Amino acid sequence: MAFIEGIMQYDFLQKALLTSVMVGIICGAIGCFIILRGMALMGDAISHAVLPGVAISYALGINFFFGAVFTGVLTAMAIGFVSQNSRIKQDTSIGIMFTAAFAMGVILITVLESSTDLYHILFGNVLAVRPSDMWITLVIGLVVLGSIYLFYKELLVTSFDSVMASVYGLPVRLIHYFLMALLTMVTVASLQTVGIVLVVAMLITPAATAYLLTDRLSTMVFLASTIGAVSAVIGLYFSYTYNLASGATIVLAATALFIIAFVFSPKHGLLWKKINSKKKQSELAKL
Amino acid sequence: MTHALKIENVTVSYHGRSAIEAIDLTLGKGNILGIIGPNGAGKSTLLKAILNLISVDSGSINILGGSLKENRNRIAYVPQRNQYDWDFPIHVMDAVLIGTYPSLGIFKRPKKSDKAWALECLEKVGLAQYANRQIGELSGGQQQRVFLARALAQKADLFFLDEPFVGIDIASEEMIVKLLKDLRDEGKTVVVVHHDLSKAKEYFDELLLLNKQLVQFGRPAEVLRPEVMRKAYESELAFLFEAGVS
Repeated sequence: MAFIEGIMQYDFLQKALLTSVMVGIICGAIGCFIILRGMALMGDAISHAVLPGVAISYALGINFFFGAVFTGVLTAMAIGFVSQNSRIKQDTSIGIMFTAAFAMGVILITVLESSTDLYHILFGNVLAVRPSDMWITLVIGLVVLGSIYLFYKELLVTSFDSVMASVYGLPVRLIHYFLMALLTMVTVASLQTVGIVLVVAMLITPAATAYLLTDRLSTMVFLASTIGAVSAVIGLYFSYTYNLASGATIVLAATALFIIAFVFSPKHGLLWKKINSKKKQSELAKL
Repeated sequence: MTHALKIENVTVSYHGRSAIEAIDLTLGKGNILGIIGPNGAGKSTLLKAILNLISVDSGSINILGGSLKENRNRIAYVPQRNQYDWDFPIHVMDAVLIGTYPSLGIFKRPKKSDKAWALECLEKVGLAQYANRQIGELSGGQQQRVFLARALAQKADLFFLDEPFVGIDIASEEMIVKLLKDLRDEGKTVVVVHHDLSKAKEYFDELLLLNKQLVQFGRPAEVLRPEVMRKAYESELAFLFEAGVS
């Protein structure tokens, strides 16, 4: 296969593969907590909110990681501030803040005439991953996975029962912002691979697929990471072979895996549910 | 012996409208207290105020002879059942194991002894055979027992339960009542927000009748008198009269 030969041969493809697999893993892992906390929209918001940070970083000549994390966390805090201090509901607040940040980003990129290619930031260009990007992704990956490992207990209890968590003294709000910071870092790491617009798919789709396959959070995190990584490999294959945008192919690969789980999942799949209800009907008919 | 709970002049308001006003209460250890009252009387609000889940406008709350902060690890809270996402990917056993988290502290994971203890608590509520089920697969009564098991796993001295008997089967209700009485007999204190008046006399040692203000606090025989109850339920009764029920 040309893809495998390509990987052996080309340094850029090796980097692309390593980076996108890493992105698949960390997006899947953090995505589990995002969907269980009902924060899918928040994932979308944060990913868009990093744009102005990226633009400013390029203009200042610093690594885009710093600017992106700054505006990402700032937007998360602004969303929280508005919904806590007015009658505006959380999802409305998200809608206001992230579009504002995104619009600001679009203008900044134009005004600052930075060399950044807006198209690549929006949709990803994994085949142009530089070594520095790869290292950033790797470091972010270690930080994110390490945090999930260390704070697994706290993330579990605040996701499942935040009231009990605050009664026994956990800083629930701090943990929320900590998760937002991790989410921002994951978004930044995913910029090159899938781009801003499609990051949310990598956060949600593999996690949702895993959610259909297991009833245990630890298994779900592991499965979502695996599904994210597999999607990345499949997507990269199609991107390279047919010269398509890597973000789009990776996301569609993840979607395909989701559809398979949606239909065939042993416990929560459509097919199994149909068979089960048929069984029950025929049992009732016998009575 | 110090008291389990001492509330002085506590007032809570939402958006400028008061939910509970000037509540005073002193509860000795080794009691089961039922908080009763009509809808909107502020029963859950009082519980949330005690647990510092909402801020109080004024007054002081003393728990087990200290502040909530000082005695966090000695209290256990069982929220209303409708609070949970029953599709959450967690097994019964893991849900009970959460009860050991407060004593573990950060970074530490439950050890074998913690797991054995959680299983023991699950046995106490008669659900050991369901340890590896997803929580949503259980019936309402079983779910409530799981969360009681989790509270037991916390090894608390003071237990708070918010409407634990809503929508559950009678066998589960009886089992929960028995376990609460066992806790009381061990010298622990239990506070229950309760809706149904019919069994209040059998379930509780003390009753707090609430209707924004404290209407009556005392032994069930003192509280469950028609002339006392009428004071709290007057507005609901007026509605019934108007509707022509009686």
